Amino acid sequence: MLKVLLYFLIGVLPLCYAAFYIGRKKARTGELESGERFHSRPAHYGWYSVIWMAVPSLAVSFIFTILGSSKIFKVPFTMHITTILLVAALGLWYAQKKITHNLRARNFIEKTIKVMLITASLVSILTTIGIVFSILFESMKFFSQVNFFSFITGTEWDPDTAFLEGAGRDASNAAQAQFGSVPIFAGTFMITTIALLVAVPVGLFSAIFMSEYASNRIRGWVKPILEILAGIPTVVYGFFAAITVSPLVVKLAESVGLQADYTNALSPGIVMGIMIIPFVSSLSDDVINAIPQNMREGSLALGMTRSETMKHVLLPAAMPGIVSAVLLALSRAIGETMIVVMAAGLQPRLSWNPLDGMTTVTVRIVDALTGDQSFDSLETLSAFGLGFVLLVITLMLNIVSSIVIRKFRKQYV
Amino acid sequence: MDKETRRLKRIKRRYRGEISFRLLSISAIVLAASFLVFFLSDMVRTGYTAFEQTVVQTEITYDADTVEIPQLSVSEEMSDLVSRGFLRLIPQMVEENPKLMNTTQTQWVLAEAEVDQYIKGKPNKLSEEEIAHIDSLKKEGKVKLVFNKWFFTNGDSKLPEMAGLLSAVIGTIYVLILTMMFSVPIGVMTAIYLEEFAPDNWFTRIIEVNINNLAAIPSIIFGLLGLAIFINLFGVPRSSALAGGLTLSLMSLPVIIISTRAALSSVPDTIRQAAQGVGASPWQVVWHHILPLSLPGIMTGTIISMAHAIGETAPLLIVGMLAYIPTAPTGVTQAATVLPAQIYTWSGDSLRAYTERTALGIIVLLSVLLLLNAVAVVLRNKYERKW
Repeated sequence: MLKVLLYFLIGVLPLCYAAFYIGRKKARTGELESGERFHSRPAHYGWYSVIWMAVPSLAVSFIFTILGSSKIFKVPFTMHITTILLVAALGLWYAQKKITHNLRARNFIEKTIKVMLITASLVSILTTIGIVFSILFESMKFFSQVNFFSFITGTEWDPDTAFLEGAGRDASNAAQAQFGSVPIFAGTFMITTIALLVAVPVGLFSAIFMSEYASNRIRGWVKPILEILAGIPTVVYGFFAAITVSPLVVKLAESVGLQADYTNALSPGIVMGIMIIPFVSSLSDDVINAIPQNMREGSLALGMTRSETMKHVLLPAAMPGIVSAVLLALSRAIGETMIVVMAAGLQPRLSWNPLDGMTTVTVRIVDALTGDQSFDSLETLSAFGLGFVLLVITLMLNIVSSIVIRKFRKQYV
Repeated sequence: MDKETRRLKRIKRRYRGEISFRLLSISAIVLAASFLVFFLSDMVRTGYTAFEQTVVQTEITYDADTVEIPQLSVSEEMSDLVSRGFLRLIPQMVEENPKLMNTTQTQWVLAEAEVDQYIKGKPNKLSEEEIAHIDSLKKEGKVKLVFNKWFFTNGDSKLPEMAGLLSAVIGTIYVLILTMMFSVPIGVMTAIYLEEFAPDNWFTRIIEVNINNLAAIPSIIFGLLGLAIFINLFGVPRSSALAGGLTLSLMSLPVIIISTRAALSSVPDTIRQAAQGVGASPWQVVWHHILPLSLPGIMTGTIISMAHAIGETAPLLIVGMLAYIPTAPTGVTQAATVLPAQIYTWSGDSLRAYTERTALGIIVLLSVLLLLNAVAVVLRNKYERKW
């Protein structure tokens, strides 16, 4: 990285400045000699030269680098440098030729900048395309070997033979690998349900407190404190769940005569619930605040108490917003990784008992991709299959949530 | 009269309902806050002991034999108490300082992790005799607790008493610089385009919807993207800071775009109109007026998104950044690890002595995040203008 920075400092920057200087000088002397007013300020002509010099040569350099790194054709270093310098000199020469009094340099710069801005905003689109295609492509590979239907409905997840093959060992006499994802999704469902059972009541009542009962001063304190909960790194929550909460849950379960696993679903569920409290509370608070004041006042004027106003007027009106907040929190919980990786189990198990060890989609993805298998092994590909389903679920939750909140906004704001 | 009592009763009941509802909402806040307090105090309780490390005083012989077999440099009964990691360094120390050769020095050296745990009163695997031995040494003042500077100057180690955060901190700095280099320019440019230049058409709307969706995609999916695109397609070395930085920059891009847009749109339109009125071109309006005015907001958003990036673990695990890194990386293409990944690796270790170090690592991480957020808040309060 230092080398690149050095090249940049001693190579590109002085060249750019030289081009700027030449262009500006040309415009200044041209203005004096011909006595005609140039269309733009001299500095614009300087930038004009810089653009003509730098953009084509950087583009050439970029193409060479891409070629080199994708191993199609490795461009030798001297050829790389000479080509770039040649292109730069050509660009500079062309720019100098073009600089006359009626060249609209400022408009040219504006256009170039706009193209640059548009290119930058295409990166976000490219990211999406990259996500969709990389995951779709790899999961297609997976689903060409594993039946999609048996992936969705199967209740046995046993990729161990795929692991043996991936590790290069003969697995012909072992049982066939099974990729039935039902127990994994059941585990995800169980843990997120527990999380929502914690987060929705606490978050909702916190929102009610902040919007209806708290003074502005208290609200200014409470809201950031709640938001700290969402800012704590998930790996920290995971450690907390594994080291503190899990033993606590096991002990509590023993004291009432129940058998609990150390990798039970309850402790990551509870901790994840704590983490998503602010997602529920912040948005719900905003929504309750956005309800027109006259609805609140009308209800109070009829003699309703504040709690009755809340229950019968404000909450029903805010319901779409609250639902969308809960959906957002849900999508957050489903995609949450570190807490479950550290505190939930690895073994997929189909069970209704939250004290049993369970696993989730994200745990299986991490487990499949941090092992030593070759990239094309079936278990690695299964991570992309699971990731694909995860992506679809979270996107759907988001879209539904944004539609619901838009309806709410239309109605009241 | 009967009707009147019933009415009073009903009002009483409704007021009771009001009070209990209010109590319920207050208790929700109290519950959430006490979660936080419990959690933080638990981390401090688990981690503060790692601020100190046990050292033992012993005689170390430096000669040709002990350079060959470092175990011989201490007396047999001490060799179980002294850290093996320290003994392994003896050849290196002699090489660096040849004067040490053929001398015997009385030194304070790092103690074994189990001894350390015993001195701190935690569960350990020491035998009765060893405990008796340590107790007698303690009476002579040859065992003491000192500030654990090794935690901040060492890289990772398989021996808990030698394990430190340094290589993870350096890895984090690398990853963070790369993330900022990629995501800040692109994010700010995208935001400027969308806020100041973009016409309202289908293309703009697609970008906007797209950015909002990207912000909601689980972070682990970005890890899959990094693995499939950067590592497998472009050949970026696995578990390098470059792979991590690229992945994280895509992840923090939407956050930066959204916060920058908010900062840009908070500048009132009158500024734009005034600039246009004296003949500024669209880009001049942005560059001379809008950007300087919204800079505090942009910086606040950037700092907050970087704070998120520091704490992010899942995508980095997927691109392989949980590698065992004993010495700090010196380049962006070398294998590196980051703070949260280091915490994750330690937390998975079965040795008890790692637990307190994990918690101390967490305390360090949380302090860094707190600092960043405090800087963001100060920036916002000091420079943000209300129009």
